[in-house]
Amino acid sequence: MALFDKKHGYPGKLFIVEGVDGSGKSTQIALLKKWLEAEGYSVFFTEWNSSELVKETTKEGKKKNILTPTTFSLLHATDFTDRLNYQIIPPLKAGMIVLADRYAYTAFARDVVRGVSPTWVRNLYSFAPKPDISFYFDVPAKIACDRILSSRSQIKFHEAGMDLGFSLDTKESFKIFQTKILEEYTKMSDEFGLTTVDATLDIHDQQEIVRDAVKETLKGYSKKRTIHAKRPKVFWRKFTLS
Amino acid sequence: MPSDPKYFGENLPYHKSFQKKGQLIVIEGTDGSGRSTQVGMLKNWLEVQGYAVVLTSWAHSTLMEKSIELAKHGNIMDRMTFTLLYATDFADRFENQIIPALKSGHIVIADRYIYTAIVRDAMRDANTGWIRDLFSYALVPDAVFYLNIGIETLIPRVIESGGMNYWEAGMDLHMGQDLFDSFVNYQSALIDQYGKLAKEFGFEVMDAGDKVEEIHGKIREKVKEMLKKPKKAQ
Repeated sequence: MALFDKKHGYPGKLFIVEGVDGSGKSTQIALLKKWLEAEGYSVFFTEWNSSELVKETTKEGKKKNILTPTTFSLLHATDFTDRLNYQIIPPLKAGMIVLADRYAYTAFARDVVRGVSPTWVRNLYSFAPKPDISFYFDVPAKIACDRILSSRSQIKFHEAGMDLGFSLDTKESFKIFQTKILEEYTKMSDEFGLTTVDATLDIHDQQEIVRDAVKETLKGYSKKRTIHAKRPKVFWRKFTLS
Repeated sequence: MPSDPKYFGENLPYHKSFQKKGQLIVIEGTDGSGRSTQVGMLKNWLEVQGYAVVLTSWAHSTLMEKSIELAKHGNIMDRMTFTLLYATDFADRFENQIIPALKSGHIVIADRYIYTAIVRDAMRDANTGWIRDLFSYALVPDAVFYLNIGIETLIPRVIESGGMNYWEAGMDLHMGQDLFDSFVNYQSALIDQYGKLAKEFGFEVMDAGDKVEEIHGKIREKVKEMLKKPKKAQ
């Protein structure tokens, strides 16, 4: 199967982050965005499971617990395609830098743990462009769980994988679920050539690793700057009608 | 007679194998081919004969109906996203309606089946491998009745029944100068594609230009035969 086997060929660049909840990937991508913008690059950010199209449906399906592993997987794929067409491809074609918090690999990890066939879900996403760099923030399950459990009073039903019936205890279920997801990520690391970052390092050290890798990829890339990229936002607000 | 179900590819990994007590009858055809009429008549007749029928219709799952309506009203403009919305809809109906009904000995009438998705997606990408893999977990129906309509018959029917719309005209594919041209080209291509599938999968092809009762009569004969003949274990 022709999965992620060739470069996307768009003038822009696509950098994505992957990892279990609590791996610190969102922090890292936020810092990367800060830096790229400060360097004068035009950046677009997109996040897993955020398209308006299926948001309500996913929410309701989760709430009523009527999703099967297959519909769960397909709903996320629909969300992804919608974002791909509106948020990922256009900026890539325009030569911008796209940053994505989670990508198809999230589906490969989670959906397989939920029970769908690994080949089936890989085929499902086979239309997705291969990112220029896929950072994988590798962290032991225990640390990830402690981070999440200490920072939040409650873990959502599906986040904890409660739909899978590992355990009736939310925290226990969360730990088992995360451990299984980690196993899938580990398998994928070689399969897709993910750039693994040790997520137990200091945040700042991790960010340096990330920035170095990005810098390397951006060699020879011509900076696209939107017309008003560097103008202070305030400029526009001054002219309000009274 | 209970029988082992047949799949296009493989059963969903998390589904246990089961004995299929009911029958799965599919009615396929483009919009305006008279599908819904035939579905209704068949259901009614089967119930009169004493069979319990479950009807399942394309895009009408409890899960996805709202999102699909949202999408149709201009919130998305992309065929791939549509394909996936429909695929999610199908999976929901497949797991929550079709399988349970077949397990418990109902006759399931499906108003459109995976062939609809294959035909439509073939307009986007002539290589149907991706879409076929997507539906590889689906059951092979016991019978597929395809209402074959000529484009000349289809055009006035669609105009009479409310007109052509963006998606039915395949406007996203830029197949014509205006709505009408695009509709003709798109629907003709769909019909062609259906014709290919009809051969490949051995559909019972009905002439949608015939009288409604006549078509129903033919379907009835086939179904009668199907229900009489005990399925031999293979």
